[in-house]
Amino acid sequence: MLSVTDLSCTRGDRHLYAGVAFQLSAGACLHLQGDNGVGKTSLLRQVSGLSSISNGLIAWNGQSIVNNESFRSQCIYLGHHLAMKDDLSAMENLQMDVAISGQMVHSDQVVTALQRLGLKGREHLPVRVLSQGQKRRASLARLLIRQATLWILDEPVVALDVAAQAVVGRLLTAHLDDGGMVLFTSHQPLPIDSASIATYRLQ
Amino acid sequence: MNPYIAVIHRDLLLALRRKNEAMTSVIFFVVVAALFPLGISPEMSTLRLIAPGVLWIGALLASMLSLGRLFAGDHQDGTLEQMVLSSASLPGLVGAKILAHWLMSGLPLVLMAPILALQFDLNAQDIEVLTTSLLLGTPLLSLIGAVGAALTLGVRGADVLLSLLVLPLYVPALVFGAGAVQAQAAGLGASAHLSLLAAMLLVAVVFGPWACAAALRIALE
Repeated sequence: MLSVTDLSCTRGDRHLYAGVAFQLSAGACLHLQGDNGVGKTSLLRQVSGLSSISNGLIAWNGQSIVNNESFRSQCIYLGHHLAMKDDLSAMENLQMDVAISGQMVHSDQVVTALQRLGLKGREHLPVRVLSQGQKRRASLARLLIRQATLWILDEPVVALDVAAQAVVGRLLTAHLDDGGMVLFTSHQPLPIDSASIATYRLQ
Repeated sequence: MNPYIAVIHRDLLLALRRKNEAMTSVIFFVVVAALFPLGISPEMSTLRLIAPGVLWIGALLASMLSLGRLFAGDHQDGTLEQMVLSSASLPGLVGAKILAHWLMSGLPLVLMAPILALQFDLNAQDIEVLTTSLLLGTPLLSLIGAVGAALTLGVRGADVLLSLLVLPLYVPALVFGAGAVQAQAAGLGASAHLSLLAAMLLVAVVFGPWACAAALRIALE
């Protein structure tokens, strides 16, 4: 379970947000909303452990996420950057990515994941020749490959067509049904077929 | 695949896909070493005298060329974020990156040095000492340079700042590296200089990746 208590963020002299608190238990999904520049990305980076926490507490199963290896192995963060190398193929990118994250994967799993995201026949093309939407799909394929409980997604459906958005929606629904947790921001509604989707509005 | 090996594998694969970038430092090294005799004097005794310094400074500048790219690409495309979030240790992953960087930009210089040394009329023993000093020295340069690259990551004008930051730190490596060859040529034996270089390398191996990791975490804030 993820619990965020009294979290605040300051960038230079600007106070982005303060007193943020929410909880996420197994099978729960939280849609983080707010205007541009209100600090949604900053909040996601803090929760994922990329940014330091000056005030407040983020706890994973009762333990702070700072230097928490069990949290890092169960959390996956997909931000604005796709973390794909242009000169490598989608296949190579994902294989290395999973290995660097500290997990093992069979190449068949990678192929299946890419096919589920509609990249059949493009597994071995260098990522630089893929379109923006295809790159995003390849990057999202790591959700299927890595075994993570908590998915932190920053605008996951940017550049995706309607069909791919539906695929992402199905992925999220299946993950939630399996008892996973999702924390995401999106300016477009995500087609998630689940009753347990809550929203949190950053002011 | 082990995460550390995966980092080395990926960086070497990337270098293979962009051969021109990987070749830059070696070609730079060869050109610089070839220009000095033209500019100073083709006299054999002069060449022997300047060889250690020229080859060491050439190697030092050549290894600096690729430093700016060490973390910049990973920072831009978000791979660095994923490395920081990995459950593997960040200093370990950074150490693997530095090793891959040395294999691509340092090791070729070490292999090239004996051939260039012939051009400066060094004898076999001197060439052996020169190559050994570079074998100990170039990883040291990569490690020191990586700390500089991590500290200047994401800063505007990072390349210039990087050279200002790193070149003074290269001085001890240059003094003992070039000094080893001079001592050997003077008949004093190079073991003292080489031992000091090896000691500096060991200190850098322990503290370099750790310092890099700390600097990278700050850069990603």
